Amino acid sequence: MRIGVFICHCGSNIAGTVDCPSVAATALTYPDVVFATDTMYACSEPGQDAIIQAIKDKNLDGVVVASCTPRMHEPTFRRTVERAGLNRYMFEMANIREHVSWIGKSKDLNTGKAAELVRMAVEKLRRDKPLIPKRFETVKRVLVIGGGVAGIQAALDCADGGQEVIMVEREQTIGGKMAKLDKTFPTVDCSSCVLGPKMVDIAQHPNITLYACSEIEAVGGYVGNFQITIRKKATYVNWKDCTGCGLCVEKCPSRKFPDKFNENLCNAPSINIPFPQAIPKKAAINAESCIMLTKGKCGLCAKVCPVKCIDFEQKDELINVDVGAIVVATGYDLFDWHKYPQYGEGRYPDVITSMQYERLLSASGPTGGHVKRPSDGKEPKNVVFIQCVGSRDKSVDRPYCSGFCCMYTAKQAILTKDHIPDSQSYIFYMDIRSPGKGYDEFTRRATEEYGAQYVRGRVAMIYPKGDKLIVRGADTLAGTQVEVPADLVVLAVGAESAKGAVQLGEKLRVAPDQYGFFVESHPKLKPVETNTAGVFLAGACQGPKDIPASVGQGSAAAAKVLGLLSKKELESDPAVSRVNPARCVGCGKCIQTCPFGAIKAIEDRFGNPKAEVIDTVCQGCGICTVTCPQGAIQLEHFTDNQILAEVNALCPPKMFANYE
Amino acid sequence: MFKIAYYPGCSGQGTSLEYDSSTRAVCKALDVELVDIPDWSCCGSTPAHTVNHVLSAALSARNLAQVEVMGMDKVTTPCPSCLTNLRTAAHKMEDPGFRTKANALLDVPCNGNVDAQSVLQVLTEHVDLELIKSKVVKPLTGIKIACYYGCIMNRPPELMRFDHHENPMAMDNLMTALGAEVVPFALKVECCGASYGIPRNDIVTRLSGKLLDAGRDVGADAFVTACPLCQMNLDLRQGQINHALHEKFKIPVFYYTQLLGYALGLDRAVLGFEKLCVDPRLALGKIKQPAQAR
Repeated sequence: MRIGVFICHCGSNIAGTVDCPSVAATALTYPDVVFATDTMYACSEPGQDAIIQAIKDKNLDGVVVASCTPRMHEPTFRRTVERAGLNRYMFEMANIREHVSWIGKSKDLNTGKAAELVRMAVEKLRRDKPLIPKRFETVKRVLVIGGGVAGIQAALDCADGGQEVIMVEREQTIGGKMAKLDKTFPTVDCSSCVLGPKMVDIAQHPNITLYACSEIEAVGGYVGNFQITIRKKATYVNWKDCTGCGLCVEKCPSRKFPDKFNENLCNAPSINIPFPQAIPKKAAINAESCIMLTKGKCGLCAKVCPVKCIDFEQKDELINVDVGAIVVATGYDLFDWHKYPQYGEGRYPDVITSMQYERLLSASGPTGGHVKRPSDGKEPKNVVFIQCVGSRDKSVDRPYCSGFCCMYTAKQAILTKDHIPDSQSYIFYMDIRSPGKGYDEFTRRATEEYGAQYVRGRVAMIYPKGDKLIVRGADTLAGTQVEVPADLVVLAVGAESAKGAVQLGEKLRVAPDQYGFFVESHPKLKPVETNTAGVFLAGACQGPKDIPASVGQGSAAAAKVLGLLSKKELESDPAVSRVNPARCVGCGKCIQTCPFGAIKAIEDRFGNPKAEVIDTVCQGCGICTVTCPQGAIQLEHFTDNQILAEVNALCPPKMFANYE
Repeated sequence: MFKIAYYPGCSGQGTSLEYDSSTRAVCKALDVELVDIPDWSCCGSTPAHTVNHVLSAALSARNLAQVEVMGMDKVTTPCPSCLTNLRTAAHKMEDPGFRTKANALLDVPCNGNVDAQSVLQVLTEHVDLELIKSKVVKPLTGIKIACYYGCIMNRPPELMRFDHHENPMAMDNLMTALGAEVVPFALKVECCGASYGIPRNDIVTRLSGKLLDAGRDVGADAFVTACPLCQMNLDLRQGQINHALHEKFKIPVFYYTQLLGYALGLDRAVLGFEKLCVDPRLALGKIKQPAQAR
């Protein structure tokens, strides 16, 4: 075998603390190495050209590049060697940046370690074999999980691109958080007026099938060929027939349950349509409060329904669909402010959340758009906003900035003045973070034109005095304590990951970060991809985002999906497990341990039980290889022999010479 | 019978004699045996830790060491300030380096194995509320009470580990059990001004005045406290507060043990109502007398 070794300087990233020419000189002494050199930037165009040239000139069979992490450039270099006519698996990478130059300061030690890592790679490469990927067809259908603004955008873009779209929403209506908002910043246009037409598009688009009140039950398969099971929850209303006339809603006698869509500010009937623009505009029964379902009597809705679509016997339904790609757009949840005991833990009815305030401002809200405080229905004059409730606060495990609270608080202060001209808003803030287009101008308008008083400091406590709430905080710019008597206190609650996100992530094999937001493939260059091929992220399920960013990401995810599904066939990674039938005794242990269900039991032509790997399902994790008692199953490109060769390169056995 | 070492603290010997005597009386009535620490000394109070942390901890550690000599592992004190010092000392003594330094100042070394609790915590956690209810002979029906815990009884929460640090309920539950009406008093854990009474009287009158004002707002006939300093600021200085703020407060400020003893029908002499500065008779008069007593 003829091997070439390239030691990358990576500018001063590696060369700063590693003597690259010396590593190259050492590499030349390794077995089978016929060529070794150092290069300024191996990944650059001249760098890659030099590799191709060397392969041709020196007639190389394999290449080792010692540079950064394989996560960054392994695909790059595999393409490079392929261009030179080699098989792309005849390439190995040694990570001498993250593993060496960035973590050690001693040039001597670093140089030695780099040389050892290169030796490992050479020993591995000596045992590499060319691998050929298989090709398979994809299902031209997309699953969008979550019907918020990001999911809506992704679904519409995919559908317009010609793909069939299945949208699954766990609430009764799509629209997500945005549908609950009164106005949007920084243009102060009506939120549901902007979103409404898009929601209607979802309902009417011939390529889109919408499942509301539904959740993902199970996910199987792999990129291009996912098998999805959707649980359509019982709504006790036959949606095929329901016309959304609302007669049942009017007549329902049970109105004791808090209205979820209106943030529990009022009660909702047990059979309900969340809001006038709801999509689908169908009624659903809340099983917990319905008198018929809890006590067995009533049934008034069934009597008044003109199309007889009420069905108290309805059960959950499971629906199976095959899709080629998945867009996750499950959004976020608002921080539960009851973790702040100093703000009353819910003891004071006039301390409300920003989202509750949105509902108070909204014309379709419980007060018809008139701002009335919950305790006595009076119009508040002094409104105090407290920012960073559940943002940037380590003490409640939310050290991150939620990003949009500064802006929506400014918007709410402006709207307050619009609604109640003789009102005064006070905003306790930490910093103002408004970096978007037109955002800074907007927050300035809140103070300069609408007279909102910004006070920099945290609020220590809220306590009632008479019919006022006294808000005690610090003005850290003036260096004093301040107390503001408020009629209404609005807590600008931050964002946290959506409930159930972690469980959904397990089904999709998408990792959540420590706060439950899904992790993207690369924070800068792959913001909507995940490490599971074919699963993409859109919107706030990846981290708190405002509407423009969510929409942007929805379109980005759709572009990725269209790119993926525009290929007729996909290639599968050939680095998968392979069974040696001569050794396999058919014990089936590998079948039990495989987390992806990629191994099946077969019989050979003599009727003996054997295991067989389904190439396209196997993710190459290698769990089966360590399970097999016979050593009959091996992971291609990471066989026992290849890994042992690497270990031996690092710590040679005592009688190495005799073994060789 | 629940047995526990007892640390009365300096105020129990002077400014709050009635707290000490009523505490001893109610504990006896509720089968909690208080064993006085022999030869106890000052806990260091507020001044010591502003001067020297080792000395301050050693002062309290001396008392903890005495408890260890007694062969006990729990001590209780009515005074929240003493409690803070005892618990802080025990916490600091967990650090071996610090323990060596502090023990160098002591005759008997302190091993730091003693847990200090307030009498309120002992009554809450070791005496069944139902038992207290069953022993009530004069229920406090008719009186409206604001329960005031003071700022250090429950805080910092990591150190004190008792009740809720923003909205404690121990005294509320106790007073409710005795039959009193507990008013929603929002400033339960606010500072009364503490020991600023001498150097900055204006601060105390302002802060304590706010407490009295908030109590009056929610219709309290009386305050109950668990802290000798809080009681003094609200009760003894109520005249000063009225003078400074042009107010006419006349709200008696009881120790919770006094009202507990009253409900249990204990001897009025040990409860020491006559030691209070604001006349409590009007408030006590609101309590409806049981039928047989009439």
